Amino acid sequence: MQWLWDNLDLVVGLSLEHIQLSALPIVIGFIACIPLGWVAHRFRLTRAIQLTLFGILFTIPSLALFVTLPSVLGTKILNPINVVVALAIYAVAIMVRGAADAFDAVPGDVTRSATAVGFSAVSRFWTVEFPLAGPVLLANLRVVSVTTVSLLSVGALVGNGGLGYLFINGYQRDFPTEVMIGIVFTLVIAIVFDQILVGLGRILMPWSRTMASADRAARRAGGSA
Amino acid sequence: MIEFHGVTKEFADGTLAVDDFDLVIPSRKTTVLVGSSGCGKTTLLRMINRMVDPTSGFVDIDGEDIAQLEPVKLRRRIGYVMQNSGLLPHRKVIDNVATVPLLEGVPKREAHARALELLDTVGLDRSLANRYPSQLSGGQQQRVGVARGLAVDPNILLMDEPFGAVDPIVRADLQQELIRLQQELGKTVVFVTHDIDEAFLLGDQVVILEIGAHIAQKGTPAEILANPANDFVANFIGSGRGKRRLTVDASVTSSGDDLVLVDGAGYAAGVVDAPRGVIARPDSGSKSRSISNKTDQAGDA
Amino acid sequence: MNLLFAAFAFIFDPANLLGERGILPRLVDHLLYTGLGLAVAFVIGIPLGLLIGHTGKGRNFVIAVTSSFRAIPTFGLLLFIILFTGLGLWPLVVVLAILAVPPLLAGAYSGLESVNRDTVDAARAIGMTEWQILFSVEIPLALPLILGGVRSATLQVIATATIAGYVGLTGLGRFLIEGLALHNYTIALAGAILVAALALAADGLLALVQKLVVPRGVSRGLTRSRSIRPKKPTGFRVMAMAPTKEG
Repeated sequence: MQWLWDNLDLVVGLSLEHIQLSALPIVIGFIACIPLGWVAHRFRLTRAIQLTLFGILFTIPSLALFVTLPSVLGTKILNPINVVVALAIYAVAIMVRGAADAFDAVPGDVTRSATAVGFSAVSRFWTVEFPLAGPVLLANLRVVSVTTVSLLSVGALVGNGGLGYLFINGYQRDFPTEVMIGIVFTLVIAIVFDQILVGLGRILMPWSRTMASADRAARRAGGSA
Repeated sequence: MIEFHGVTKEFADGTLAVDDFDLVIPSRKTTVLVGSSGCGKTTLLRMINRMVDPTSGFVDIDGEDIAQLEPVKLRRRIGYVMQNSGLLPHRKVIDNVATVPLLEGVPKREAHARALELLDTVGLDRSLANRYPSQLSGGQQQRVGVARGLAVDPNILLMDEPFGAVDPIVRADLQQELIRLQQELGKTVVFVTHDIDEAFLLGDQVVILEIGAHIAQKGTPAEILANPANDFVANFIGSGRGKRRLTVDASVTSSGDDLVLVDGAGYAAGVVDAPRGVIARPDSGSKSRSISNKTDQAGDA
Repeated sequence: MNLLFAAFAFIFDPANLLGERGILPRLVDHLLYTGLGLAVAFVIGIPLGLLIGHTGKGRNFVIAVTSSFRAIPTFGLLLFIILFTGLGLWPLVVVLAILAVPPLLAGAYSGLESVNRDTVDAARAIGMTEWQILFSVEIPLALPLILGGVRSATLQVIATATIAGYVGLTGLGRFLIEGLALHNYTIALAGAILVAALALAADGLLALVQKLVVPRGVSRGLTRSRSIRPKKPTGFRVMAMAPTKEG
């Protein structure tokens, strides 16, 4: 504990770096998945291509991607862009599949009736399909968030791992406390991110909680009949 | 003979599905338990093969308390047919039919030969034997379900709304098929449905149930139609709404050869298949009661 | 791009194939770590998932395990354990197993959960014992999803076994770690390519197996059967089944 107070500046600085480097890929993944996921939802052919392509990228181990990207992007190996791009690729890979599933799950009769009452394609998307896909998108985004925060620490091996620095430094100095503090702070960031997403979901999609509880109630009733 | 003695079932969530139920189900007859959803009829059926155990009371089969029997052994000697057939989707039709005999150690060739015979029995072409359930129509799947139920040549056949999920025409077909089968085989059939017409068509004994599996009335279809015990029964069988009280429509009788029957609301319901003069007067309600009404089955699908 | 060519040249140079620091022995080690980690996780995760899926009890346990394990930075956990146990094979295997349990557990559980309850009910009603229901109805029908869990676990373990090279062991990750330490990016990139190739090959192989084990009668195109209707993605299903990435 004493170590933490003595090195508070370092830990806070690394935490901020960790937040920054992991928030960026999460946001990129979310924004990119909306058009990509919608295209995958609408067109069978591009869906297969998209999912295969991102599936392959997702399969590449992170450390391998961190090391490979510089020779593809022309960046220096210690440039934080490499880590951000790699994590963004993983985020998009998870989100595109999730978003396609989410749009698939919007009931067809709802979108058809929205068309029937006179929504244009664009307004129907933003006012009907996107909000109704929201709960599943959120669930996927939570997975991306927790994964990204955890995965970033591997980036310490290429100089950009946020709190991962404490793992390597603690390991080299044979000082478990430092490693433990790194783990705890990483977990705290993951939990805070998750709670922010859950909170945003409640504010933006007040109906999804009542739907979920109605769903549960229905299942209970069905189970006893 | 299956006997329920003071049977009560309370589920873990507090629902009292069956409340002090007594009934004797005679051998080699068809007994139909009929009632609205949630009245406990399926729970009663599932007590006979111990898929559900009563909270209190007991069930006897031929004088033997089934609580003393091993559930798996008991189930293997009772045929069971359910809605949506419950076939194993990853096994071919013939293997589905032969499931229980194979579990019981019957050699495969023998079990398959018997399964093919059973396909004949339920009116399915043998060429379907090597298909998977998903390659069959809903009606065909139900027939396979019946064949599987008969595979161990059980004395008792339990049928839980077996024709509930097929369209009205196929259902009528399957019902006739079951009547034919029952004439040949003479099993103790316990049949659950919410469709009163189906109950009257198939049942030797019909048991009308209210919530909590209280018996509102039991008897032959004719007895129930002739003397509904109370308003609930009258309402349930439709006579209260005039659906079953058919009268000859005097205004059109002169125009054709058949006598046209109308229900209590004045809607045409059918014709009398009898020589003119047998039904003497257009308002002789007592005779027309026994003509059951088949026009509203589609509404129950 | 020159770096990329150099890396490929390194990989295809026969001199680098065998020998103590060669590609082949390191590949074998990498597969050994992966196999051990998976085996330990399999023994724990699959029976537990089957038990929970068959009884339907402990659903919340699955989601708690899968989502909380995902948050643990594996890299940090491995280093932390090693500081107490010292270098060796078993700390790595334990960490890899911890990593692989959640996807195996979630796959087995979700697989069983996806089997139509009516089918199971009917199997019980015609007199199958619980073991017969599990082994001849539930597992065959759940196999594609169970293997989905195996596939996801395998990928993670292969990826994470890369850090073995950082804690005194070898494996293909050793090229990466050595290359980074010596600022020899050719070797680092060669290691990255090798690990990625191994991951892709394993994934492709398992994807193929996954297709092959779909029971006949429930394969695509025969979707008239109600029993294999794909389940709607719910928050729970996504949280439990989403691919995870730890290394």
